[in-house]
Amino acid sequence: MSVRRLHNEQPASFAFTPENREWAMGQLEKYPRGHQASAVIPLLWRAQEQHGWLPEPAIRHVAEMLDMKPIRVLEVATFYTMYNLKPVGKHFVQVCGNISCLLRGADALMKTCEDKIGPRDTVNDDLDMSWTEVECAGACTNAPVVAIGDDYIEDLTGEKLAEIIARLRNGEAVKPGPQNGRFSSEPEGGATSLLDRQAIFEAWKTYSPKAEADEKAAEPALLADAHEEPELVEDSHDEPELIEDTRDEPELIEDTRDEPELIEDDHAEPELLTAPRGGKGDDLKRIKGVGPKLEGVLHELGFYHFDQIADWNRENIAWVDSRLKFKGRIERDDWVSQARLLASGEETAFSKRVDKGDVPSSKKGGA
Amino acid sequence: MLADQDRIFTNLYGFHDWGLKGALKRGVWDNTKALLSRDPDGIIDEMKASGLRGRGGAGFPTGLKWSFMPKDPDADGRPNYLIVNADEGEPGTCKDREIIRHDPHRLIEGSLLAAYAMHARTAYIYIRGEFIQERLHLEAAIEEAYEAGLIGRNACGSGWDFDCYVHHGAGAYICGEETALIESLEGKKGMPRLKPPFPANCGLYGCPSTVNNVESIAVTGEILRRGAGWFAGLGRSNNTGTKIFAISGHVNAPCVVEEEMGIDLRELIETHCGGVRGGWDNLLAVIPGGSSVPCVPADQCSPLKMDFDGLLEVKSGLGTAAVIVMDKSTDIVRVIARLSAFYEHESCGQCTPCREGTGWMNRVMQRMVTGQAHKSEIDMLLDVTKHVEGHTICALGDAAAWPIQGLVRHFRHVIEERIDEYTSNPASKPVAAE
Repeated sequence: MSVRRLHNEQPASFAFTPENREWAMGQLEKYPRGHQASAVIPLLWRAQEQHGWLPEPAIRHVAEMLDMKPIRVLEVATFYTMYNLKPVGKHFVQVCGNISCLLRGADALMKTCEDKIGPRDTVNDDLDMSWTEVECAGACTNAPVVAIGDDYIEDLTGEKLAEIIARLRNGEAVKPGPQNGRFSSEPEGGATSLLDRQAIFEAWKTYSPKAEADEKAAEPALLADAHEEPELVEDSHDEPELIEDTRDEPELIEDTRDEPELIEDDHAEPELLTAPRGGKGDDLKRIKGVGPKLEGVLHELGFYHFDQIADWNRENIAWVDSRLKFKGRIERDDWVSQARLLASGEETAFSKRVDKGDVPSSKKGGA
Repeated sequence: MLADQDRIFTNLYGFHDWGLKGALKRGVWDNTKALLSRDPDGIIDEMKASGLRGRGGAGFPTGLKWSFMPKDPDADGRPNYLIVNADEGEPGTCKDREIIRHDPHRLIEGSLLAAYAMHARTAYIYIRGEFIQERLHLEAAIEEAYEAGLIGRNACGSGWDFDCYVHHGAGAYICGEETALIESLEGKKGMPRLKPPFPANCGLYGCPSTVNNVESIAVTGEILRRGAGWFAGLGRSNNTGTKIFAISGHVNAPCVVEEEMGIDLRELIETHCGGVRGGWDNLLAVIPGGSSVPCVPADQCSPLKMDFDGLLEVKSGLGTAAVIVMDKSTDIVRVIARLSAFYEHESCGQCTPCREGTGWMNRVMQRMVTGQAHKSEIDMLLDVTKHVEGHTICALGDAAAWPIQGLVRHFRHVIEERIDEYTSNPASKPVAAE
């Protein structure tokens, strides 16, 4: 167990830069609602990247953002050893001292670090460098290895590391990866396998999978065939819509359970409109989970505006859900919270993508 | 030697484009839609028939693991999750790194197929924090796959919605243990959970979850395309398929290479690694499966089948297939002591036998490096390893005990000689190993 404590000198405050804050908010979307604590490790890491090391105010800042108890975030910060709880040099050299590196000369690297930088875990007077020993970096066939910043420097010797330290001091760039002429983890002197280009680029075509016979024959091939039309694929960056969204073909994922009973409770019936207010409804497709087909269904039921959906309570949701083919979707995609945001004129990450035209199924007029 | 035609990881060294364009040329994402038109249980049966055993170390049959997941996740409103364990941190192991940085699309496609088979609509790939460049590759590849409609809503035009997210750790070896990984993914300290309940019942956010190693997931696409029979035809019964080996330490050309399961150790080293430094006769011992498995002395190394059962016969294990080779210049006591220091550092501190035991074992091991010990302490040390082994929530306690047990089993005389040397001349300095 590594025992780690906070530094004795801490800055008065910490706040994410606007860019980092926006990035952090984006991270929250990876996790289900109510589980925003999942983002704690990435957020602390970003805080460390911003500040250079991880100060205590950053821990509190992240706790606030994630609605966590500060002690829980402190636990995480002290448990995970990549968080530097005290200042490190501008160039932070992390020498792997574990078995494979030890067998191939990590001792020499640490000796070099002591000679050229100073004692372990101590920032030198120029504040430009410090070093430490870390556990297995996971590049064992390229041992010995050091990590500097975001890069691994591999296949080192004491002398080569000394050169690299000198280059860093002079502000010169250092080539990441192997330092002995290898490309990556192939054997030095040339690969002993994967020399047959036919095996790499052609062989797979002989066992290309065939769709099962019982697949609906009427379904047109939606995926551009990579064999016949490689040019479509090559330009994948320009043409993101290789695949048409078949969201409006619900038979593909239709709920096959028994036909559900419609909820006919008057209390459960939400406020319905016969026509949009002012003759023009909101674009409900900006809600994640609503495609053109569902929007049509919602219109038929009498929903045209975000504020209508925003007002749904649990019973209302059940009432609407019983009239949709996609059971549970309202709650899974949390339409109500989305609609609340959209009704108040704010945006969600999804609605931004819709507005940019990145979501084929939500384009005007449908997919 | 495995024929290039039978290799799954055709861009293991990154000689070719790792992006989507390059991946398509190598057959990744080739009509994945057709694979997704199969019945999920059919996919699981195919995986079972392939004989694939988990590539993360424990070797649990992958298809069987998948079959534990609930078939109807909507029944109780808890979604199923797939979690890909990319927290590669076992000393000696660097195979998943090559997959992630050089063939990320194979991993993403495998995630989609595995998730589909397990009725999961979300996958989290938990990558270790140190792999920053690797993470950037993976994130870029996922972005490409989303843009091309290969994942996301209606993935590959199959009607299946699938989201794939990258999550990273921050330097804790223990997070490679599946329940610790889940804790970490929930934003907590990586402390393993008691099992049962197993993750397939109650995992991430209390929902059914399956945690698979990167390599297990990344081979899925090829198994489904070429058929279980092809995979099962490689290696031998109960030890089928191909495996990525990472050979490090005292060989002339350390490398990562995909080979057939059950390849002879000597053949592996001499075909791909230019042989042991100083020749085969200069071999002292091999740690065949990452730091957690006991070492195998040279006299048992040839012939030696590199698969689960073959290594079990010499009281070791395939683990992650990270072969650490040590020649006769090695101070084996120091090497094992370094591992003891590692396990002390990485113990999460939850179970007393491990928290205290790893520290205790490390302190004794460090004294044995210099010979500053009593011979009776060797048996005492062995006794302590038995008290740690099997008495902890997770396998880290076992992993800390086994290397020491292997050392004492095979190299007791070295420890004793060291002690004799020190007692006869206590002021002397020990000979430093490279």
